[in-house]
Amino acid sequence: MDGAVPLFRMEGISKRYGGVRALEKAELSVTSGSIHGILGENGAGKSTLIKVMAGVVAPDEGSMTLDGREVSFASPAAANQAGIVCIFQELSLVPELSVADNIVISDPPTRFGMIDRRAQRRIAEEALARAGAADIHPLALVKDLPLSRRQMVEIAKALARKPRILILDEATSALAAADVAKIFAVLKRLREEGLALLYISHRMNEIAELADQCTVFRNGRNVASYAAGSKSDNEVVELMIGREYSHIFPPKPVRLPATAVPVLEARNLSWTDRLDNVSLTVAAGEVVGLGGLDGQGQRELLLAFFGVLRGRSGEILIDGKPVAIASPAAARDDRIGMALIPEDRKTEGLMLPMTVRENLSFAALDRLSKGGIIDRAAEQRLIDDMVGLLAIKTAGLDIPVGALSGGNQQKVVIAKWLMRQPRIILLNDPTRGIDVGTKQELYQLLRKLADAGAAILFYSTDYDELIGCCDRVLVLYDGAVKRELVGAEITERALIASALNIHGGDAATPRHGADA
Amino acid sequence: MKDWRYWLAEQRGTLLAFAIFILMFAIYTANHPAGFTANVVQTASNKGVLLAFVAMAQTLVVITAGIDLSVGMIFTLTNCLASWLVIGTGLETAFGVVAVLGTGLLCGAINGAIVIYGRLQPIVATIATGAVYFGIALLLRPFPGGSVNEDLADALTGRLFGVVPASLVALFAVVLIVWVPFSRSVLGRAAYAAGSSETAAYMSGVPIRRGKFAAYALAGLLAAIGGLFLTFFTYTGDAAYASGNAYTLFSIAAVVLGGVSLFGGKGSAIGAIFGALAFRTIGDLLFVFDFDPLWQPLFQGVILLIAVSLGAFALFRVRNRLEWFL
Repeated sequence: MDGAVPLFRMEGISKRYGGVRALEKAELSVTSGSIHGILGENGAGKSTLIKVMAGVVAPDEGSMTLDGREVSFASPAAANQAGIVCIFQELSLVPELSVADNIVISDPPTRFGMIDRRAQRRIAEEALARAGAADIHPLALVKDLPLSRRQMVEIAKALARKPRILILDEATSALAAADVAKIFAVLKRLREEGLALLYISHRMNEIAELADQCTVFRNGRNVASYAAGSKSDNEVVELMIGREYSHIFPPKPVRLPATAVPVLEARNLSWTDRLDNVSLTVAAGEVVGLGGLDGQGQRELLLAFFGVLRGRSGEILIDGKPVAIASPAAARDDRIGMALIPEDRKTEGLMLPMTVRENLSFAALDRLSKGGIIDRAAEQRLIDDMVGLLAIKTAGLDIPVGALSGGNQQKVVIAKWLMRQPRIILLNDPTRGIDVGTKQELYQLLRKLADAGAAILFYSTDYDELIGCCDRVLVLYDGAVKRELVGAEITERALIASALNIHGGDAATPRHGADA
Repeated sequence: MKDWRYWLAEQRGTLLAFAIFILMFAIYTANHPAGFTANVVQTASNKGVLLAFVAMAQTLVVITAGIDLSVGMIFTLTNCLASWLVIGTGLETAFGVVAVLGTGLLCGAINGAIVIYGRLQPIVATIATGAVYFGIALLLRPFPGGSVNEDLADALTGRLFGVVPASLVALFAVVLIVWVPFSRSVLGRAAYAAGSSETAAYMSGVPIRRGKFAAYALAGLLAAIGGLFLTFFTYTGDAAYASGNAYTLFSIAAVVLGGVSLFGGKGSAIGAIFGALAFRTIGDLLFVFDFDPLWQPLFQGVILLIAVSLGAFALFRVRNRLEWFL
């Protein structure tokens, strides 16, 4: 801030979602003509902060001032009006409309009450040129553009609104290097023009190249602000972690000798631009973690194993033998014995309005029925076992599963698959949004299942979990395995450093999946 | 530049519906004993525009990713109302027309208010309001009857300059006065945006609610124009339950034939008009080929299935199977 009057200022901003604190008395100052980098782990509160600024989320407490006057925004439109424009991580483009339609969508030029298409076209062409994307045709439909082009349209759209403060939330995550360079040139020019830019990115090298000022967030608070370049990468990572461990994890077994044949093996899996030559093995009794930033291909990797993706290349081997897994039904077949605990239990894991009993038996109905008739007694026995094993707290088996707490819902999802006694268990961030007590029970359960001989592949966005639960962790970046951490090498510092694809941290040797 | 390619891609559904209709109509007139005469065209036009108006109404709502199962009942209600009011001196008739159209607009506005501000699902809300509208129609006309200003009726169902069907001219005028301004206004754009991706539209500060409300209200108005024309053709009002329901279902069929996506955000009322005209021509084709009219529903079903299947080809390109269910 060095004496300059801040254009925009947030003070004491707090926001809670249910019992979860997303922001806790957070502060931020933004000055004109500068680029402000925001850093922090997944869930540190960056996104919520941006949403508050952009009028998407109303803060529980705290104040915002713009040009020295107190402001509050009831909607994104109100924030836009005030000159704050945000480019969100999840795209805000309307797929069925054309590029030009999208660029002017907030405030289309009108003549006689109708949208003036010529003026619209002109604005769109100007904005695209300003964003360095003049090659995109204004009449093309957004849904026909690849993701990286859409991101450029998103930036053009923001510029067309003549912002004073432009917020870019992971705006480059989907871009190719050539586009990133163009965007950087544009952003630097905008800084010269006197705009205030907020730049949120996990890519440290980008922040280093662009930012004048940086702020680090952790646990919903801004923990440090410093002039860009005054701290080393390692110091910044230190600031981003600095958190106590509060979870209790079961003890890991002494590293077992590698079994002769891994239960699950992948060789050179690739799929569109999301998976790039992934090779890995999981042995019986092993818990293997998938780490890295959100959205680096972890989810796609699990879906590829589970037979959901079409046009995947590479090989999947079960017990050393190549298999073709054409669908989830084939994956759960006894010869393969795979189970996937999905990311979003509400849509992919449970039928919320149906009862606990029905949800529990869905995946195992074929085993519980003879000639198409369900054996009620066998079903009841198995369900009782599962409810006992996982300690599912429910008022009864015949109430809708939607009435259970998040943690207990997640237990139902897991129990549903355990009813098949799977040999291979894939988990996609299973502890997201559940309470600490249930988390602990899940950690114990995972270890128990592994000890009983299951091969477990476990994706988590929570680094503590990876450290506490996993025998090995594979860190993905851009759809490829960038590093493998084994045993004591799994530290938060090593995880973050490799997730950001910088070579810092302790002395683990980087290994590349593509070398296999 | 290759602007025309983008235009073509955008209008593909409409053009396809247009081509289907032209083909069917050509076969029809070629095999009609009287051939392609003004009289044949006039009859076909008069039959076709009724469904065309209702299909336009349906289009507006479907664009917002909703559905209006009350259009047929608004059509019936306004028919019954017109058989009371659109009569008498020129002034009285004019007042009647305004009252009938106003009623349709009100019915549509009620639908919109319930769906948008009451947050009920369109399908349930409009089944309920449709039943209410039909109930009122039944109170107005327990038995078929009433009358209409016959001078006006004959003018609008006859021919201009002895060749052009007046009903077709009226349809064209409605397109120019209602559809074109709507589709090019900010509200129309909002309706499309809300239908395509409501979250993206919200995040962009688009007036979603007003856009959707305008779509529902104008749908009521268009259904009322249809009801008015029904009165002009039949000279009576008739609270016929089966006919109202048939119009609702056929309007959905016409919309799909016309290339309007039931998922919202895509399509045009022009396409739906040609979809409606094509759908109506199926019956005429059966007539000229001397089929038993009993075959009509079966053929309509088959044509509809084929048309819908054309739109499903995109599913073969999906690479992540989870996207099938989105």
